[in-house]
Amino acid sequence: MTQPAALCPSCGAPILFHWSSSVQTTCPHCKSILIRTDVDLEKVGIVADLPPDSSPIQLGTSGVYENRAFTVAGRIIYDYDEGSWNEWHMVLNPGASAWLSDAQSQYAVTLALQAGPLPALAAVHLGDRFTWNKTAFAVTAITDARYRGVEGELPFQYWDKQGATFVDLRSTVGDFATLDYSDAEPLLYVGKMVDFDALRLKNLRAFEGWS
Amino acid sequence: MSPETPSQVQTLACPNCGAPLTVRSMGRAVTIVCGHCNSILDAKDPQLKILQRFKAATEGADPLIPLGSRGKWRGALYEAIGFQVRSMEADGITYSWREYLLFNPYKGFRYLTEYNGHWNDCSVTTALPEADGIGARYLGKKYKHFQTCTAHTTFVLGEFPWQVRVDDAVAVTDYVAPPYVLSSETAGSETTWTLGEYVHGADIWKAFGLPGIAPAPLGVYENQPSALKASAGQTWFACAGLATAIFVIFTLNQLFSQQEQVFREAYSFSPSSAEASFVTPEFDLKGRTSSVEVQTDADVSNQWIYLNYALIDADTGQAYDFGREVTYYSGVDSDGTWQEGSRYDRVTLPSIPPGRYYLRIEPESDASLGTIAYRVTVTRDVPVLGVYFMALAAILLPALLISWRTYNFEQMRWAESDHPMKSVGGGE
Repeated sequence: MTQPAALCPSCGAPILFHWSSSVQTTCPHCKSILIRTDVDLEKVGIVADLPPDSSPIQLGTSGVYENRAFTVAGRIIYDYDEGSWNEWHMVLNPGASAWLSDAQSQYAVTLALQAGPLPALAAVHLGDRFTWNKTAFAVTAITDARYRGVEGELPFQYWDKQGATFVDLRSTVGDFATLDYSDAEPLLYVGKMVDFDALRLKNLRAFEGWS
Repeated sequence: MSPETPSQVQTLACPNCGAPLTVRSMGRAVTIVCGHCNSILDAKDPQLKILQRFKAATEGADPLIPLGSRGKWRGALYEAIGFQVRSMEADGITYSWREYLLFNPYKGFRYLTEYNGHWNDCSVTTALPEADGIGARYLGKKYKHFQTCTAHTTFVLGEFPWQVRVDDAVAVTDYVAPPYVLSSETAGSETTWTLGEYVHGADIWKAFGLPGIAPAPLGVYENQPSALKASAGQTWFACAGLATAIFVIFTLNQLFSQQEQVFREAYSFSPSSAEASFVTPEFDLKGRTSSVEVQTDADVSNQWIYLNYALIDADTGQAYDFGREVTYYSGVDSDGTWQEGSRYDRVTLPSIPPGRYYLRIEPESDASLGTIAYRVTVTRDVPVLGVYFMALAAILLPALLISWRTYNFEQMRWAESDHPMKSVGGGE
């Protein structure tokens, strides 16, 4: 799956892509944010210092979701009132993009879903009900977040963002959905709350004293 | 690695009093409390900005599980990192309970809560429960509304992955399905659901290697499982089985008892006669050892006769003594006719061996009552009802007792709720 190396336009370090459809990545050496163009890589910015990390997940962590193997290739980090959380970009075999979020150690896997017109942020309230994928969801949280940084490969260009509002929804049987209002057009991601053990994660970060 | 090994513990200094602060949750802490000066600090701020200072409550503020304690709990290693005391008021009484925040860097957070020695292991729910004022449903299980109250935070210690302040108020609603409790906490417009399971203090003491023994629980807690409830069902099941067995034995006994009349004779007794005692002719009790019924029919009318009987084995002289009384009174008064007593008496002697027997009879009565005619009938191998009733009572008693105690347990549970049970057979 690893694609042929290109060189970082900023520092010359070799850049590997683990997923052919990745649009953006970061240089592990100089922290430049690089956008893939038809011919080469373009530097669009530098990753600011990331907050001290507490997630057991890291780039390269692999696991299994609904009988499909996946590898974590990148992440977006957000800050909010209760700390920070990661949206880990996971590449699901045989090559689909999904997201593993780890807010307050509650894990959810979601995939982008095209579901027709989505509600405007101003029209969404806690407790509101929506049905997507034949699943009834209720709004459980509306979170004002701040973009904090990116790392690794992403399926779209995402850098130099400011605030973003997320609307979280849940079903009565463990489904999870997020409306992402960080761009003009909202995006919908639908999936499930997942148990840490059920993901059968490998290549996790090691915490000293917690074998 | 041994569970006692301190992990990536960060040490900082309290900006208020300079006391060292221990940070255990590796960047997840949002607030951290200085236990020395009771300052709540912003863990996300490198300067540890003071968010609040509070006066410590004088009691209940010592965590039973010291922060930093580690134990294998629910299949993973957890460390106690935060402690808070919360209170509610009901009928002018303040009730306080304690919550311990447990942390594992992979599994995340869970809590142990304790009230009067009753413990719950709690986690945030993954799915969204459905609830109304009467009950809730979560993952196919039904819960009954127990209580809605306002909980105030009165003491905090350690670190938390969310904002905490002393005097924070949240609306808490508990729904129970023992051993589970489903709780919603609403602050502002956001609601958080947690699912708790009743656990025993002794298990926590063992898991976290705490000194001494867990305090004994007081009273009945909202989601405490009734140990008797399951055994009540089993006892009733066993009871039904035994009752059936008794009924079968009784029926067989009834069918196969021979009810053989072995002696019948008519006598008359004149109380004025001097020598009343006499013996009957001998009769045979054949077959197996069996019951013997002696029936006395007396033509008494507003009279009484008392008979001292002895059933005597003619060969061995073994005597079975018993006294019987036959009285019958009747009359008319303002309420109409009345009657009392009966003109016959029946007694069963259990387990009389076969052999030749006779009766010695000594009648007594009031000399003024005149001559009384009576008949004595002896029947062997009659069905004995009494033992069956006694056996039935003996097996019913424990079942009734357990049911009664189960009922009392539920009454004690619901007495603390918004829906106390009203009376026997009533309630909710």
